[in-house]
Amino acid sequence: MPVSAADVAAAAALARLQLEPGAAAGLARELESILAHVETLAAAHVDGIPPTASAADVPAALRADVPAPEGLQVPLEAMAPAWRDGFFTVPRLAAHRGDRSHE
Amino acid sequence: MSDALHRRSIAGIAGDVASGVQQATAVVRAALSDIVRCESGPDRLNAVISYDHDAAVADAAAMDRRAAAGDSALPLAGVPVAIKDNICTLGLPLTCGSRILAGYEPPYEATAVQRLRAAGAVVVGKTNLDEFAMGSSTEHSAFGPTLNPMDRGRVPGGSSGGSAAAVAAGWVPAALGSDTGGSVRQPAAFCGVVGLKPTYGRVSRYGLVAYASSLDHVGVFGRTVADAAAVLDVIAGHDPLDATSVRAEQPALSGAIRHAASRGQLPLQGIVAGVPDEYFPDWVEDGVRAACSTALDTLRELGATIRPVSLPSTRYALPSYCVLATAEASSNLARFDGVRYGVRTRDAATVDVLWELSRSAGLGAEVRRRIILGTHVLSAGYHDRYYVQAQRVRARIRHELDDVLASGIDVLFTPTTPAPAFAPGTHAGDAWGSFQSDVFTVAANLAGLPALSQPVGRSGGLPVGGQLIASRWREDVLVRVAAALETGLAA
Amino acid sequence: MSDAAHARHEAVIGLEIHVQLRTRTKLFCGDTVAFGGAPNTRVCPVCLGLPGALPVVNALAVELAVRTALGLGCTVHETSRFARKHYFYPDLPKGYQITQHDEPIATGGSLDIRRPGERRIRIRRVHLEEDAGRSLHDRFDGCTAVDLNRAGVPLVEIVTEPDLRSPAEARAFLDRLKQTLQYLDVSDCDMEKGSLRVDANISIRASGGASSGARTELKNLNSFSSVERALEWETARQARAVGKGGVVEPETLLWDADRGEARSMRSKESGSDYRYFPEPDVPPVSLSADLIASIAAALPEMPAAKESRLRASYGLPAGDASVLSADRHLADWFEAVAQQTGDGKASSNWVLTHVLGWLNQRGLSINEIPFTPARLAELIGLVLDGTISVTAGRSVFREMAESGKNARDIVAARGLAQVRDDEQIEVWVDTVVARYPDEVMRYRAGAAQVFGFLMGRLMKESAGTADPRRASELLRRRLDE
Repeated sequence: MPVSAADVAAAAALARLQLEPGAAAGLARELESILAHVETLAAAHVDGIPPTASAADVPAALRADVPAPEGLQVPLEAMAPAWRDGFFTVPRLAAHRGDRSHE
Repeated sequence: MSDALHRRSIAGIAGDVASGVQQATAVVRAALSDIVRCESGPDRLNAVISYDHDAAVADAAAMDRRAAAGDSALPLAGVPVAIKDNICTLGLPLTCGSRILAGYEPPYEATAVQRLRAAGAVVVGKTNLDEFAMGSSTEHSAFGPTLNPMDRGRVPGGSSGGSAAAVAAGWVPAALGSDTGGSVRQPAAFCGVVGLKPTYGRVSRYGLVAYASSLDHVGVFGRTVADAAAVLDVIAGHDPLDATSVRAEQPALSGAIRHAASRGQLPLQGIVAGVPDEYFPDWVEDGVRAACSTALDTLRELGATIRPVSLPSTRYALPSYCVLATAEASSNLARFDGVRYGVRTRDAATVDVLWELSRSAGLGAEVRRRIILGTHVLSAGYHDRYYVQAQRVRARIRHELDDVLASGIDVLFTPTTPAPAFAPGTHAGDAWGSFQSDVFTVAANLAGLPALSQPVGRSGGLPVGGQLIASRWREDVLVRVAAALETGLAA
Repeated sequence: MSDAAHARHEAVIGLEIHVQLRTRTKLFCGDTVAFGGAPNTRVCPVCLGLPGALPVVNALAVELAVRTALGLGCTVHETSRFARKHYFYPDLPKGYQITQHDEPIATGGSLDIRRPGERRIRIRRVHLEEDAGRSLHDRFDGCTAVDLNRAGVPLVEIVTEPDLRSPAEARAFLDRLKQTLQYLDVSDCDMEKGSLRVDANISIRASGGASSGARTELKNLNSFSSVERALEWETARQARAVGKGGVVEPETLLWDADRGEARSMRSKESGSDYRYFPEPDVPPVSLSADLIASIAAALPEMPAAKESRLRASYGLPAGDASVLSADRHLADWFEAVAQQTGDGKASSNWVLTHVLGWLNQRGLSINEIPFTPARLAELIGLVLDGTISVTAGRSVFREMAESGKNARDIVAARGLAQVRDDEQIEVWVDTVVARYPDEVMRYRAGAAQVFGFLMGRLMKESAGTADPRRASELLRRRLDE
C-alpha cells in the first residue's frame, strides 16, 4: 500500500513532529519500504485468532485504595523547563481552545 | 592485582565482600579505575556515558558497613554493576541516549535498581544505548556511538550496546539492559557475553523508560551464565508498582546451575532441545552456522536430545514486531513534550510550536521515523490493516511457540543473529535493515518467553551468539542448559 | 425563531456525564484525591507521566464503577480493558488518557424519568477513566499554568443513547441521575468542584421523523440549568438554520453561561484521530461473577423503589414520598422518626415542614442536622398525645434545634405541658369573663364571632398551656349558661 507525503505529514502532525521542508516525500518512501515487509502479514493464517495485546494472559493485579504518596527525590521546579509559583507554565493557549478539551 | 578484584565471578566477589575478606570499596574503585582510564582516553569505547566516582565509592563504603554489621541478605555484596541509561537511578542523569532529556535527573529509582542495591550491588555508571532503545547498533545515540571491545571496527550491537561492551571489556561482571526485540541478546552475541531476557512479567518494568510496553523487558548481561543468573535472582519477583509483573513461583536460578553441575550422570540427560528449521535459512552466515552446529554437538554430548521442530510463522515475527513496537513507541514517547521535564525550545509563541520544535529538536532521526511509522499504523484507515493484523499474528506466533514447547521440547536452540557484529554505517539509509538483525530474537519478545544468548564460538574472529528459548517461567531450564553448554564448550 | 418553527422540530439529545468517584487515591497511583490545595503537590512519577512510571488500578475505583453500572441497570462485563486515547494537551501528562474503549466495564442500562412524562432513557455504556490536570489561562499574563493535582483522579463516564427529546427531559434525566448516584454513594456529585461534568450531543429532526442534520456537541456546561439553557439555545439555533434552508455543521460548542450563548470550539469533523489501542501497562480487569453479584446484593434501594415503599408503608401522599425520597439521607432520617412515632403522616409533616424549613434557613443539609431522629420523634409524641399544643410544639422544636436539649426537658423547664385540669381552666375562665364583661354580653346577645376573641384571651392568660379543646368546652359552657 503506497504511503504518500500527505500520509507522512498527517502522522507527523498527530505526533507533534515538525518535518523539514521536503522531508515528507523521502520519509514516505522509507515507510513504504518498511510497510512492504509488513504487508506480508496479510498472508498469515489468523482466522479465528483474536488479536492479542500482550505477552501474557494475566489479569490486572489491583491496588488497594490506600494513600501511598511517593516522595520525589528531585523537586519539580528542578525538572520543569518553565515553572512559576508552583505551576508548570506553557505559552498561553489560543482562545478557541481556551477550555479543557478533554473529550 | 587490583584489576583482578572486579574481574572475578559474582559469587567470588560477593562471598569475599560479605565475609569481610575483601572491601567493596576496593572492588568498586578497581571497576571505576578501568572505566575512567578507558573512557577518558583516546581509545574510549563510549560505553559508559555517566558515572559519579565519589558517590559510587560512598555507596561501596556503605555496603562495607552493612557487611560489617552482619547483614546477611547480600547476594551481590560489593558487585559493581552498570545500568543501561533508559533505567532510572537516583543521583545520576537519565538520558535514554537522547537530547530531549538533557538535564533530567529522575526523582525516583527503578525497582530493579533498588533491588540490586538492596542486595549489595553498587551502581558504577550508566551505559550508552540507541536513543530510547530504538536500534541494533548503539550508533543512534545523542552521545555518539559505542564501539565493540572485541573489535573496535564493529558495532557492539544494540540497543543495550553500552552495557554489553562494559561487561565484555571486563569493567563490571554484570549490567542491566532492556530487551524489546533483542536489545540484550543481540549485543550480548556481538560482544561475546551472556545476555538473558526473562519471561515477560518476571522482572518489574517500573523505572524502565518504555519503548514498546508489551514487548519491553529488563534483561541482564553477565560474563557467565552464573553471573547473569545471580543478578536475575535478585531483580526478579512481583512488584506492586508494575501491574504486568507476575506473582510467579521463582526457582533460585543459582541453585538450578549448581544442581546441573552436581549430577553424576550427563548434565543434560533428559533435556530435549528443539532446533527450528526456520532459524537456519541459507542466508545465515557460514561462521555462525558452524558455531551453532558445534554447540548442538556439544549439547548432544552433554546428554541432550536434539529434535528438529517447525515454527512456520517465524517469517511474520519481524513485520509484526515492527508494527507493534513502533505503534507503542509513538504512544510512549508522546510524554516527551517539554512541559514537565526535559528540554524545551525557548522561542515558541504557542504550545503547538513548543511541542513541535521541542520534539523535533530533541528526538533523533531514527526515533522520529519510528514515531511517524507507529502513528501511521495506528491512524484511522490503517489501524485494522496493520495494527490489528499484527496483533493477530502475534497471537499466532505465541501459540505456535507455546505449542512446540509443550510438545516435549524443553528449550529451543537458534543462532542469536544471522551474522556477527557488523561495521558502523552498515544500515545507514536502509530503513528495514535497522530492524533486521533482530530477526531471530523478536519472537521471544512477542511471546514473552525467557531467552538467553551465550557465546558459542567465533566467526572471522568475532563472537557468535547462540540463543536458547524456554517455556514461560522456566528460566531455571534455560540457565541449566546454558550453564552446561558454557562448560561443555570451554572444555 | 418562531414558535411554529420550534414546534416542527424535535431535539435528539444524548448526554455524556463524567462523575468523579469518591476514592481516597487516584485511579492509577497512590496520590490522594482532594479539592483545592497548593498546585502540583499531590503528584508522583505516575500521574506526572515521568519516564518509566507505570499505572496500577485502584480496586475501589473499579468497585464504585461496578456499583454505578449496576445501579443504572447495566450489564457488568467480567473482562474489561483499558485503552490509550491519544491527544496533546498541556495538562495531559502522558500524551494519552487511559480510558476504556472497545471493552468498557459495563453496557446497556437505563434510567426512568417522570418529567415531563414517564420515559425510559437508555444508558449505552459506563466506563472508567482518569481525569486530566487543570490548565489555568488567567493565572498569569501570557502563559497558561498547569496544575496536575487532578491528573489521574478516577472518573466514570456514563453515556446515554440519544433518547432525550427536549432540554427539559435532559434536565430531568440529570436530576434523576444525580439522585441515583448519591443513593449509590459513589460520588459527591458536586458540580462546583468538578465532581460531575456534563457534555451534550444534540441534533434536531422533524417531529417524529428522521434526523435532519449533523449533531453538535455542547461543552462547558457547569450546572444542570446551564445544560437546559444551552440545549434550548442550540435547539433554536439548529431549527433556525434548517428553517432558512441551511445545514447544521458538526462542531463542538462551548457554552458561555454569562452571555447565554455558545461559540464554536473547533470543527468536530476535522477532530483528532485518537489512535486508541489497548493499554499494555494494565492487563485486562477481571471481575468474577461472584464479585459482581456480591456488589449487586449490597446495592441500596433505588429512588423509585423507595418512593413507592414510603407511600405503601407509611401511607404518605405521593408528594410527600417524592420529596422525602429525593435524598436518600432525608428518607432514612424520616423513616427513623416515623418508626418511633408510629405515625407516618405526622412524621412526614414535621420533617418536611419544620426540619427542612429549619435546615434551608441555615443552608444546612440533612447530614448536618444537630439532633437525632429520636429527639424529633419524642417531640412529635408529646404533641400527638396532647402533652403540649401544636403551637408549643413549634416553639419547642426551635429551641431543641438551637440548643440540642431534648423536648421533654424544654417542656418541663418552660412549663409548656398542657393543662387539662378543669379547676385550673375554670380559674382562667373566671378571669376572662370578669375582665371582658362587654364582650361577654355581646356574645350572649348573639355575636358568636366574639367567642374567638375570648378564647384567645383565655389561652394568653394560660400562657398557652391550657388544653385548647377542654378550655373551649368550659368557656362555651360558662358563656352559654
